[in-house]
Amino acid sequence: MNWDRIGPQLAEATWETLYMVGVSTLLTVLIGVPLGVLLTITAPGALSPSPAVHRILGLLVNLGRSLPFIILLVLVAPVTRGIVGTTIGSTATIVPLTIGAVPFLARLVETSLREVGHGKVEATLAMGARRRDVVRTVLLPEALPSLVAGVTVTVVALVSYSAMAGAIGGGGLGDFAIRYGYQQFRTDITVATVVLLLVLVQLLQWAGDRWARRLAHA
Amino acid sequence: MIELSDVRKVFPARRGAAEVVAVDGVSLSVADGEFAGVVGPSGSGKSTLARLVNLLERPTSGRVAVDGQVLTDLDADGVRRARRTVGMVFQHFNLLDSRTAAGNVEHPLELAGIGRAERRRRVAELLDLVGLGDRHASRPAQLSGGQKQRVAIARALAARPKVLLCDEATSALDPTSTAGVLDLLRQLRTELGLTVLLITHEMAVVRAVCDSAVLLDRGRVVDGGPLTEVLTRPHSALAAQLLPAPPVAGATGNLVRVTLTESAPEGRVLRTLAGDLGLDVEVAGGSVETVAGRRFGRLLLSVTGDDGRLDAALEQLRAGGSLVERATPGDEPPPWQEQEEPAPESDREPDEPRFLDAPDVQR
Repeated sequence: MNWDRIGPQLAEATWETLYMVGVSTLLTVLIGVPLGVLLTITAPGALSPSPAVHRILGLLVNLGRSLPFIILLVLVAPVTRGIVGTTIGSTATIVPLTIGAVPFLARLVETSLREVGHGKVEATLAMGARRRDVVRTVLLPEALPSLVAGVTVTVVALVSYSAMAGAIGGGGLGDFAIRYGYQQFRTDITVATVVLLLVLVQLLQWAGDRWARRLAHA
Repeated sequence: MIELSDVRKVFPARRGAAEVVAVDGVSLSVADGEFAGVVGPSGSGKSTLARLVNLLERPTSGRVAVDGQVLTDLDADGVRRARRTVGMVFQHFNLLDSRTAAGNVEHPLELAGIGRAERRRRVAELLDLVGLGDRHASRPAQLSGGQKQRVAIARALAARPKVLLCDEATSALDPTSTAGVLDLLRQLRTELGLTVLLITHEMAVVRAVCDSAVLLDRGRVVDGGPLTEVLTRPHSALAAQLLPAPPVAGATGNLVRVTLTESAPEGRVLRTLAGDLGLDVEVAGGSVETVAGRRFGRLLLSVTGDDGRLDAALEQLRAGGSLVERATPGDEPPPWQEQEEPAPESDREPDEPRFLDAPDVQR
């Protein structure tokens, strides 16, 4: 097999990775940020303390974070089949990717929100704000640079998860590296995919850092 | 305007820490348009008291009323609306870094649901009022401490409150900025007819702006009243802080303490003792300050050569309106050591966010 044939396939694998990571990032942010907010505001002494909710959410998040991703991949297969109809392919991989990344992001969001000074919250409550106003106009905007950094870390983790997911038929660059590089002893292909992944991660990190820095006015 | 009746705030015991009675049966009344101070040593419950006025802390018992409205009778929604009539300014400004100066002032107006055009107009008006008409687009990080506090004051006044709470509002500022902010507060009080409750551990601040003050110690009011009255009251604990009596220790002879006011100047006392009685009078110590816009002072005189007429002369001076008395060591409460209030942010454990209803007292 020569590079004329490998090229388009590599491009397709890259596209698959971008698709998996892109969609699962979107879903992870949609689920992980609210979960992180809930974790933060239900903590003891926080905006809306609720020990029971806090403990249950904390337990779920820890459970998700302590499972090795490769195990999670297998465990959620029935769920994936239920949602997507199959466990093979890029679209199916989005389910375990999202489930794996949500707890990760939720913790990062919690850490970011906790950094927002208590005084800012108090000042806003003193203005007669509702608790949801505090979340909307203080916690999230004030933590935004840090949240963007957290999402960047999550995207990079998703790139690596997606490569792992490739191992069980998820497609993408990981799958490509294993099928052509590893199983056919083509070290040059392995190296090419690694370089591609490295470039991708670098680009994502660079863009995330830049964005976070632009948002940080302090 | 502000009425606290027998207010108590107890923070329950938690995590091995004992129960804390932060405010212990405080009754306090601040009249419409009054500039009132709350002073006390670190950990005396001053900041908790401020937070009880707008129910950032709900009192364990007692009644809080502002502008005739009993806040402690309101439900959460009512309290929220009532808070708009009470502006609050903090030691560490608490401005949002994600917003410009104008954005910060606009924040309470947004929360009150005021339309965009009206918000813009009001923000411009408020920033002009605090002397920052040219800093609309500045971020908090680009402003000095004094400027940040001015933005915070503009923000606190945005919803046209009748009451302004200042919690150590000048404690993080240098002396020049402090003077500027105090001037502004005094000017705003006059222009807007505000009622101000100012929490501070700095006596200079009270002397500069307050009409009245209460002294808080371990959650209780131990002294208080209009400053002009407090300062002429003998052995007042608050007066001892506001205008420390010259130390008696080390002085010799018969010691006479003279309190100076505009209506009881020192000339008459000196004339009587040195002139009429022919005694040797030395000034052993003293200080004169302007308090509530009036001159107040305390002198410690060392009198020698008394042939028995001193007490009678003092009696006569007292009858004539002079504030004189014999001084003996230990008859005046010592002023507490003025110290920087520990920053509220630093004593908080990072893993334990406390937004509401949490102990806010240092022991």
